[in-house]
Amino acid sequence: MAERSETEEVKLLGMWASPFSRRIEIALTLKGVAYEFSEQDITNKSSLLLQLNPVYKMIPVLVHNGKPISESLVILEYIDDTWRNNPILPQDPCERATARFWAKLIDQQICVAAMKVVGKVGEERDAAVEAARDLLMFLEKELVGKDFFGGRSLGFVDIVATLVAFWLMRTEDLLGVKVVPVELFPEIHRWVKNLLGNDVIKKCTPPEDEHLAYIRARMDKLNIKSA
Amino acid sequence: MPHRSNVNASTCQNITFFSHTFTLTHPSVLDLKEIMPSGEVKLIGAWASPFVMRPRVALNLKSVPYEFLQETFGSKSELLLKSNPVHKKIPVLLHADKPVCESNIIVEYIDETWSSSGPSILPSHPYDRAMARFWAAYIDEKWFVALRNFLKAEGEEEKKAVVAQMEEGNALLEKAFIDCSKGKPFFNGDNIGYLDISLGSFLAWLRVTELAASHKLLDEAKTPSLCKWAELFCNDPAVKPVMPETAKLAEFAKKIFAKPQA
Repeated sequence: MAERSETEEVKLLGMWASPFSRRIEIALTLKGVAYEFSEQDITNKSSLLLQLNPVYKMIPVLVHNGKPISESLVILEYIDDTWRNNPILPQDPCERATARFWAKLIDQQICVAAMKVVGKVGEERDAAVEAARDLLMFLEKELVGKDFFGGRSLGFVDIVATLVAFWLMRTEDLLGVKVVPVELFPEIHRWVKNLLGNDVIKKCTPPEDEHLAYIRARMDKLNIKSA
Repeated sequence: MPHRSNVNASTCQNITFFSHTFTLTHPSVLDLKEIMPSGEVKLIGAWASPFVMRPRVALNLKSVPYEFLQETFGSKSELLLKSNPVHKKIPVLLHADKPVCESNIIVEYIDETWSSSGPSILPSHPYDRAMARFWAAYIDEKWFVALRNFLKAEGEEEKKAVVAQMEEGNALLEKAFIDCSKGKPFFNGDNIGYLDISLGSFLAWLRVTELAASHKLLDEAKTPSLCKWAELFCNDPAVKPVMPETAKLAEFAKKIFAKPQA
């Protein structure tokens, strides 16, 4: 159980369907840190959010003893630096660098490539799918012989990669194109099954039905054809 | 320890480069062998790259000798492609032949690996570390993109828009400097650190851009703290040997941004 001083206050401004917000909840839950969750309406941003994250005006924002931290990867590292039990990042500097490398690839390239598939048709869509798959293949190879990216247990990259497991892979049915088919990505599929066997992941992942309904509604609003 | 450099950098692939000047507070070269983690250090890079400059400053701060493997502009060596198959980009640090990629990630690696040597590159308090990482990410993802757009901008309208973007970014960084430095000379306090290196590595390119545009992008009136900091950063002994000369960089910039004649 994490140590808590009497004045310690942890608040998370987040959004139930955001992968970036959920990853913070996973980290806090893994470390047994009690926190207050403040659900934000991202279509009508609160003055609190704008005050706490004036640079990007986005969730998640972690507020610890009144001090705000933004950007999910920065927050994850802050959580690991502050609550030292159940480490998320490995101890070895080379392994830490590797974990940070994959996290950056997921957020800056895989996420972007996946979003490019949305709303496209025909040849354009095929090219976008191809590009996303090329990047995902790096993750596929990384998982060979491992239960999780972190090895025998969940780590930093697993937490960041939930974006792939529960956002990218869930929307496949809605998009009508399997970006991550099991024939091409058996390791990733095996890893998702391992994730689903973990209580913290189960607790901190949006319930599938509501999640799909939400995504479908968003796609309708943006006039994107859903399968 | 004498400063050794290869004069004809563009034609040689392998250059031994030990470029940190020792002060009385540094352990002697003989002591270093005992406390330094074992394994040869090589850095694949290029003199003009701001991203490559970051690990070079970090290695200098930690007094780590390394072999600088200069890539030829326009082509990628076998070693680079093998060491960074995902991005195929410099810099790549090779420590006992294990590759570490991505400039800011390499800087953290250097800080963690040679933790008992030289000053700490990342701040020690978790909140300060978070601020350093936050602003370093902002610099790469927003501020540098604006700078790069300025170099590529055509026409007065486009230039004006990018200048406005840059000035907004500079104002944020001026405030960040005041918050992070807490009255000290650098973002990291008394010594240069992660965030100083992250922003400082762009100073040569910033100067080149200012010259090309005849427009001051870092203004003493609007960002006095940053201007003062920039001068101190450039004069730091860990930075001076690896900061590209403005004239040389301007020539290089002209070459790579040259538009083909119609």
